[in-house]
Amino acid sequence: MQSLNKSGFREIEHTADVELQVWAPDFNGLLEQAALGLYELCGVKYNPLDVVAHNLRFEFLDFESMLVEFLNELLYLMEEKGLVFDQFSIELNENGVEAKLMGGKLILIEKEIKAVTYHKLSIKQTDQGLQTRLVFDI
Amino acid sequence: MVQLHDFIKISDYEWELPVTYREDMRVPVRVFATQGILESGLSDDSLQQAINSATLPGLVGQVMVMPDMHQGYGFPIGGVAATVFPQGVISPGGIGYDINCGVRLLASQIEFESVSDLIDPLATAINHYCPSGVGVKGQIRMTDKELEEVCRQGSSWALRKGYASREDVELTESQGKLEGADPDMVSKRARERGREQMGTLGAGNHFIEVDIIEQVFDQQAAQVMSIYEGKLALQIHCGSRGFGHQVCTDYVKELQSAVRRYGIQLPDRELVCAPLDSQEGQAYLKAMRCAANYAFANRQTLAHFARRAFEEVLAGRVSDWQLRQVYDIAHNMGNIETHEIDGQPLKVCVHRKGATRAFGPGATGLPDRYSSIGQPVLVPGSMGTCSWVLAATEESMKRSFGSSCHGAGRLMSRAQAKKSIRGETLKTQLQQQGIIIRSRSLSGLAEEAPQAYKDVDEVIETVVGAGIARKVARLTPILVVKG
Repeated sequence: MQSLNKSGFREIEHTADVELQVWAPDFNGLLEQAALGLYELCGVKYNPLDVVAHNLRFEFLDFESMLVEFLNELLYLMEEKGLVFDQFSIELNENGVEAKLMGGKLILIEKEIKAVTYHKLSIKQTDQGLQTRLVFDI
Repeated sequence: MVQLHDFIKISDYEWELPVTYREDMRVPVRVFATQGILESGLSDDSLQQAINSATLPGLVGQVMVMPDMHQGYGFPIGGVAATVFPQGVISPGGIGYDINCGVRLLASQIEFESVSDLIDPLATAINHYCPSGVGVKGQIRMTDKELEEVCRQGSSWALRKGYASREDVELTESQGKLEGADPDMVSKRARERGREQMGTLGAGNHFIEVDIIEQVFDQQAAQVMSIYEGKLALQIHCGSRGFGHQVCTDYVKELQSAVRRYGIQLPDRELVCAPLDSQEGQAYLKAMRCAANYAFANRQTLAHFARRAFEEVLAGRVSDWQLRQVYDIAHNMGNIETHEIDGQPLKVCVHRKGATRAFGPGATGLPDRYSSIGQPVLVPGSMGTCSWVLAATEESMKRSFGSSCHGAGRLMSRAQAKKSIRGETLKTQLQQQGIIIRSRSLSGLAEEAPQAYKDVDEVIETVVGAGIARKVARLTPILVVKG
């Protein structure tokens, strides 16, 4: 699958929790694909016509920490504020990540994800770009 | 990868991986398992995660793994690790995101035959009063000040609000309140999530279940617990909801930099930790206790609403519809306890992740009622299979830091379960077995299918064979409200 698509995600077998493989040409793309994978794992339904926008900003950390921070932010915004995003304008600079997010209002979350973990988390550079695996506590 | 021949067989139910197996291990790994269970554990990352956990600074004794083990993140599920207090570390990942996830058992005098036609309306009523689902809000809305009282008081808050009896509080682990909780150590975001989720079940593998006491194995212990063959009982399995998830998330992030400050080398970043006597370790301990107290209060309020459902449906049909507390135990917790290490009493922080506290007869902290028989150990099976009530033994204090198993333990991944089991078919099959199901999601139901779990009876035979618990009673489900 990875050789056919420059970016994407897929669920990996995990006994108790859920694991996601994510790949993209660059870090911004990795954040976006991980976000889309997160929503898919949650079985999210939302109304794209009820448009929402949100700006996110967090300081520069190591790349793995920024990925976890980004996804935990999305989990919080989905569960507590009812916001789901499908358009991502992400900028990474020396100060950290700034993201302009657009999407729609949440209708339903089918499956609960409690948190994004650091378990065995490592972002690897490959010939096609970046690749990582994320374990979510459910 | 670790293999069977790397383990030393201690008995038919106990195996040890020596500290020499890997250079960075500080203590051995001790596994309570039959050979079959151990081999099954070797097929996923459970034991690798136990080995990683054995590298934490300040560990004493061994890292224990219970027979319901399966891979998690950082620690394995079924893991128990004790660090010396206060120089050793505390690790949020060794307790889990659902802080004080646990089980409560309530018993009744209701004969199944006398209410067999009312089980369906009872399921509807429980489902109505005990809301479930992701991020669901409850009927109790708290101010920030009231949330702080929950953080400090746990079940005692529920008692003051009329959601608990004195007996309920007495028959809860740590009397439903960990001392030393400090809401100032809890983030604004965690507070926001906690204020509206009190009295809710949540999702995932959480449930409320009505069972029949199918068989009693220890009449004396069962009598002390007020458990009688043929009568109904109720189990509640849930935790600290979004409040606890956020506390753990906050501190796993916070401690990423703390490990660098304290020069702690770890094989997995999910194992981040801080010395118990450090500012960071103390802050997490105090926040974790807030979430633990929140969970005690949450299970208590759910018990209150389940009692309301019982009254609404059964009053007038049976003379005594009361649900009396048997016990409430945590299986994701960090507790400061004193255990005998090398013949000397030592204060330690016991991390239990997917493992139940199991204090034997006479142990400090047990309610008077259970002082002579040992603490009830509640072991729910998978949906549709039996659950067990055990009693802790003196051996558990000597050999497992007063700990035992917490459930059946998963065998199959959720993705695999969904591929091989259809939720609708499963629901029909369970109903044909006489089990009424209420579930928001059929795919979620399939993920929790009995086939996705180990045989709970084999898990029980292992802890009983190892001598860390003894059988009291076996329960059969008739109604499951799934989160």
